[in-house]
Amino acid sequence: MALPIHATLTERIWHYCFLTICALIFAFLIFPILIILPLSFNAQPFFSFTSEMLHLQPDAFTTKWYEEFLTSRNWQGAVKNSFIIAFFSTIISTFLGTLAALGLSRPDFPFKTTIMGLLISPMVVPLIISAAGMFFFYSRVGLQGTHIGVILAHAALATPFVVITVTATLTGFDHSLTRAAASLGSSPTHTFFHVTVPLIIPGVISGGLFAFITSFDEVVVVLFVGSYNQRTIPWQMFSGIREQISPTIMAVATILIMISVALLVFLELMRRRTERLRGITPH
Amino acid sequence: MANAEAEVITTADGVPLKESLKKALWQRKKTALLLVAPLFLFVLITFLIPIFDMLIRSVDNSIAGEQFPGVVVEIRNWDLDSTELPNEATFQALVDDFKVGAKEKTISRLGRRLNYEQSGMSGLFRKTARKIKKLEVTESPMAAMIAIDKKWGNIDTWRLIKRESGKYSSSYYLAAFDAEKNSDGSFSMKSEDRRVYVSLFWRTIRLSFTITFLTIILGYPIAYLLSTVKTKTSNMLIILVLLPFWTSLLVRTSSWIALLQKEGVINDILVGIGLIGDDNRLAMIHNETGTIIAMTHILLPFMVLPLFSVMKTIPPSWVRAARSMGATPFTAFVRVYLPNTVAGIGAGGILVFILAIGYYITPALVGGTKGTLISNFIAYHISTSLNWGLAAALGTILLLLVLALYILYDKVVGINNMKLG
Amino acid sequence: MKVILKQTLLATAALGLVATAQADITMVVVSWGGAYTKSQQRAYHEPYMANNPGVTIVNDDSASEGASKLRAQVEAGNVTWDLLDAEAPNAITLCDEGLVEEIDFDKDLAPAPDGTPASVDFGKSLISDCFIPQIAYSTTLGYRSDIYDVAPTKMADVFDLEKFPGKRSLEKRPDPNLEWALIADGVDPKDVYKVLDTKEGVDRAFAKLDTIKDQVIWWTKGSQPMQLLADGEVAFGSAYNGRLFEAIEVNKQPIKMLWDGQALQLDGWVVPKGAPNKAEVMKYLRFATDTQRLADQAKFISYGPLRASSAPMVGKHADLGIEMASHMPTAPENMKGAIFYDFEWWADNKDDLAERFESWLAK
Repeated sequence: MALPIHATLTERIWHYCFLTICALIFAFLIFPILIILPLSFNAQPFFSFTSEMLHLQPDAFTTKWYEEFLTSRNWQGAVKNSFIIAFFSTIISTFLGTLAALGLSRPDFPFKTTIMGLLISPMVVPLIISAAGMFFFYSRVGLQGTHIGVILAHAALATPFVVITVTATLTGFDHSLTRAAASLGSSPTHTFFHVTVPLIIPGVISGGLFAFITSFDEVVVVLFVGSYNQRTIPWQMFSGIREQISPTIMAVATILIMISVALLVFLELMRRRTERLRGITPH
Repeated sequence: MANAEAEVITTADGVPLKESLKKALWQRKKTALLLVAPLFLFVLITFLIPIFDMLIRSVDNSIAGEQFPGVVVEIRNWDLDSTELPNEATFQALVDDFKVGAKEKTISRLGRRLNYEQSGMSGLFRKTARKIKKLEVTESPMAAMIAIDKKWGNIDTWRLIKRESGKYSSSYYLAAFDAEKNSDGSFSMKSEDRRVYVSLFWRTIRLSFTITFLTIILGYPIAYLLSTVKTKTSNMLIILVLLPFWTSLLVRTSSWIALLQKEGVINDILVGIGLIGDDNRLAMIHNETGTIIAMTHILLPFMVLPLFSVMKTIPPSWVRAARSMGATPFTAFVRVYLPNTVAGIGAGGILVFILAIGYYITPALVGGTKGTLISNFIAYHISTSLNWGLAAALGTILLLLVLALYILYDKVVGINNMKLG
Repeated sequence: MKVILKQTLLATAALGLVATAQADITMVVVSWGGAYTKSQQRAYHEPYMANNPGVTIVNDDSASEGASKLRAQVEAGNVTWDLLDAEAPNAITLCDEGLVEEIDFDKDLAPAPDGTPASVDFGKSLISDCFIPQIAYSTTLGYRSDIYDVAPTKMADVFDLEKFPGKRSLEKRPDPNLEWALIADGVDPKDVYKVLDTKEGVDRAFAKLDTIKDQVIWWTKGSQPMQLLADGEVAFGSAYNGRLFEAIEVNKQPIKMLWDGQALQLDGWVVPKGAPNKAEVMKYLRFATDTQRLADQAKFISYGPLRASSAPMVGKHADLGIEMASHMPTAPENMKGAIFYDFEWWADNKDDLAERFESWLAK
C-alpha cells in the first residue's frame, strides 16, 4: 500500500499513524506467543523474567523443564494419548468428511442447506454443550472414560472442518476434466482415483490437518468424555495451570508452538503447490 | 413428418427421453446422498443424539417414579390446595418406599434432587433413611414418620413431593431463570441472594459484546492493511495472524496468565519504566479484565480472516473513483469503502460472538470468580454439584441462543460461503 | 497409500499390545497432592511397593473434588479409582449413597501390636461404616511474618482489614469459612452449629464474609495458599496445618501460623464400589493403616494418627529431626480455641451450602 505521490501532509501523518497502530496490533497478536519461548528456560519456577534472566546471565536459564516433561509419567501418557486419539479421529473424520464433501458438491444435491447445516453443527454448537451432551449420552452407552469414546467424539468435532475445506476445494474444481477423462474412455472409478483425487488431495490434506489440530488441541470434550487414562496434552496443561503453574507447562507450550509453526509452513507449501497445479499464479 | 400427436423422443435403447433423464437424475441424486450418508449417520449418532439426550435431561424427572413408586401413585389422590396432610395410605407408601430405598442406598438421590427446590430435603431424606431400618409401624405410619422428623408433618414438604412427582418437571428451567414454584403453585423469583443465572447470562452476553466490539476495532485496521498491500507482503504478514490462530488455546491462555499476573511480565515492565509503583500493581487477572483481554486476543483471528476475504474483493478503483470525484479520504472511506465491508464485519462479528458466549477454558483459567461465564457454571453443575438437570437446562438455553445467532449468520453470510482463510 | 496403510496397521497393533501389557497391577490412589501425598508416598506406598513388586501405586491429586468425581464415575458406569482419601463428611455422604464399600473393621484392618482390635484402637473416629480413619488435621491460618508490625493473635483477625490490611486467601468452600465468620461475629464456638442451622445464622455468616470478600483469593488445592503466601500475593491465608508446617519448617519461608480457631477434621480412606482392584486395595489398606504406618506418616507431616496405639510412637521428623508431638493439631497446647467439626451436620447440609456459597461467589 504505497503512499501516493500526491498525498498531503495530513494524509502522510494519518498513513504513518495507521501503520503504527497496525504494528501495535500485530505485536499484540504475536507477542504473547513469543514470550513463552524464553520463559520456558527460566531456572526459577516463576512465571516471569527474573532479573538474572534480563541480564542474560547463563545460569538463569535451564532446560530442566523440558527434561521434566520428557521424564514425567503423566506427560508421557499424555503425549501418547494425544497422538493416538488425534490420529484415529483424523482418519475417521477425513474419510467420512471427504466422502460427504464429494456428495455435497454435486450440482443437484437435495436439501443442501439443511444437511450442510446439520453436518456443520459440531463446529457451531458451543463446546461445553457438545461436551455435556456427549458426556450424558456416552455414559449411558458405556463409552465414557474410554479411548474409543474420545476418538469418536473428536472425530465428530473434526468433520465439519474437513467438509468445509474439501467443499471449498471442490468449488474450484473443473468438472470438465472428469468429462474429458470419460470421453477418453476412462471408467468412473478410474477417473476418480486418477483425476479427481490428485487434484483434491491438497484440500483433503488441509482438512485432515485441521482435523488433527482440532483433536490435538481439544480439551473441554476430553475433560468430560475421557477420564484420567485418556489424559491428553491439553488435559495435563489445564490441570497443571489450575493447580501449580510450573514452567514445565511453558516448555510444553513452546514445543506446541514449534509444531504450529511447522504446520503453517506445511500448509503454505501445499497452497503454493495447488496454485501451481491449477495454473494460477499470484499477482 | 407432421403427426396429429406429438412425437415422443426416445434414447438409443428405446426408452422415452423424459423417463431416461429422470432416471439418470435420480441415479445422480442417489449417488450424492449415498456419499453423504455415512457422515450423516456418524454425526447423528455421535453428536446429534447426545445433544438431544441432553435436551431430554433438562425436563426429565423419572427419578421420582423410580425412587418413590408407591408414593407417586398414592399422592395422585391428594390435592395440591389441600390444607391437610395426605392420608395414611400415602404415609404407608412412604415407609415402604423408604425401606426399599434405604436398603439399596438409592433414596438419597431423590433427596438431593428435591433439595434443589427446597433446602433441607437432602438432610431429611438422609436422616429418615438412617432411621427407617429400625422403624416398626404399629398403628399410624403418619405418626411414625413425623416422629422421625417433624418435616414429614409439614405441608410444604408434601406439596413439593406432589409437584415433582410427574415424569417431567419444569423446575430446572425455572431455576435457570432464577425463578421457583411456590407452595401454592405460583411462580416467583428467587430471593436476591440466590439469583445468579439471569445475571450470569447477562454477564456472558455483555462480555461477549465487548469482546466482539474489541475484535472489530482491532481487526479492521489490520484486515485493511493485509488486503491493500502487495500479495507477497500480505502473505508474510498474515503469518502473524495465522500463527496465533493455529496455536493451542491453552498455550495462548497460559501465556496471558504469565503476562497479566501481579508478578507477571506486563506489571514488571510497567513498574520497571516507573508508570506504577511496586505496591500498586494492576490486577489484570482473575477478574473480568483478564477474561476480556485473553479472549479478545484468542478470537481476533476469527474476525480478521473473514474481514480480510471480504476486503480483498473490493476493487481499489472504487475509492480512487470517489477521490477523483472530489471526496475527501474520510468521506471516500465512510461512504464507499465501509458499506462494502459491512458483510465482513457482520460475518466476523457473529462468528466471534457465537464463539465467545460458549467459551469455557479461558474464563475458567483467567476469570477468577467475577469473569466466569455461563459455560463455567454448566461445567460446575455437571462435575461438581451434579445437578445434571440444571446443567442441561442452562445448556439448552445457551444452545437456543446460539442457534438464533447462527440463523442470523446464515442470512448475512450463508453457510455455504464459509471459508477458513 | 501403502505406507499409510502399513502405518495404520502398526499403530493399531501397538494399541492392542499396550492394552494387554497390564499383567501387573496398577492401583490408582486419589489424594490431595503436595506435601500430604508425599508423606503418604513415603510412609505407605513405597514400603508397600517394596514388599509387593508386582504392584504399582499411582497418585491422582483430585481428592478435593473427590466426592463429586466419584459420583460422576458411578453414574457414568465407569469407576477408575481404587482408593479415595476423603474427609469425614464426604465419607458419610458417599457411604449413605452406597458409592463406597462398607468395611468390617476388625476383620479387614490390623489389630494394634498388643492385640487390641482395630475397632477399639480407632475408637470414636469411626464415624461411618465405610470410613477408615487415617489422620486428624486442621484447617488453620497462616500469615507472612514480615508484613505486620503487630502480629495477628486470633482467628478473628483475618476479618480485620484495618489492623491487618492486605489480601487474604481462603478455601473455596463454605467450611470452615462460615464457622469462622460466625465466631468472628461474636458467636460462641459451642453454639456455632446451632446458629448455622438457621437461615438467619447462614445469612449472618455470609454477611460477615462479605466484609472481606474483595480482598480474598480463593484456593482449591492445598498447595495453592502456600504458593500465594510464599509469593507475597497474600498476607494472610487459611491452609491445612501440615502444609503450613512444611512451608515454615522445611522450606524455611517467612510464614507463621495461628492455632487459634483451627478447625479439626478427620481424614481417612474410602473404597469406591466397583473399584478395579478391590482385593489388592484391601491388602494395601491392612498394611497402610496399621499402627506403625500411621505413626510413620507423622515423621513426614504434622498430622495426628487416629489410632490410640500410634500416638505414643510419634517421634521425630525424618529429615529435620525435630519433635513432631508439639506440631500436632491435637497437642494440648494447640487445642485452645479449636473448633470441633460437626461431621453429621455437614454431611446433611454440605450440598445446600456449597451451592449457596457458589452463588455468593459469582455475585
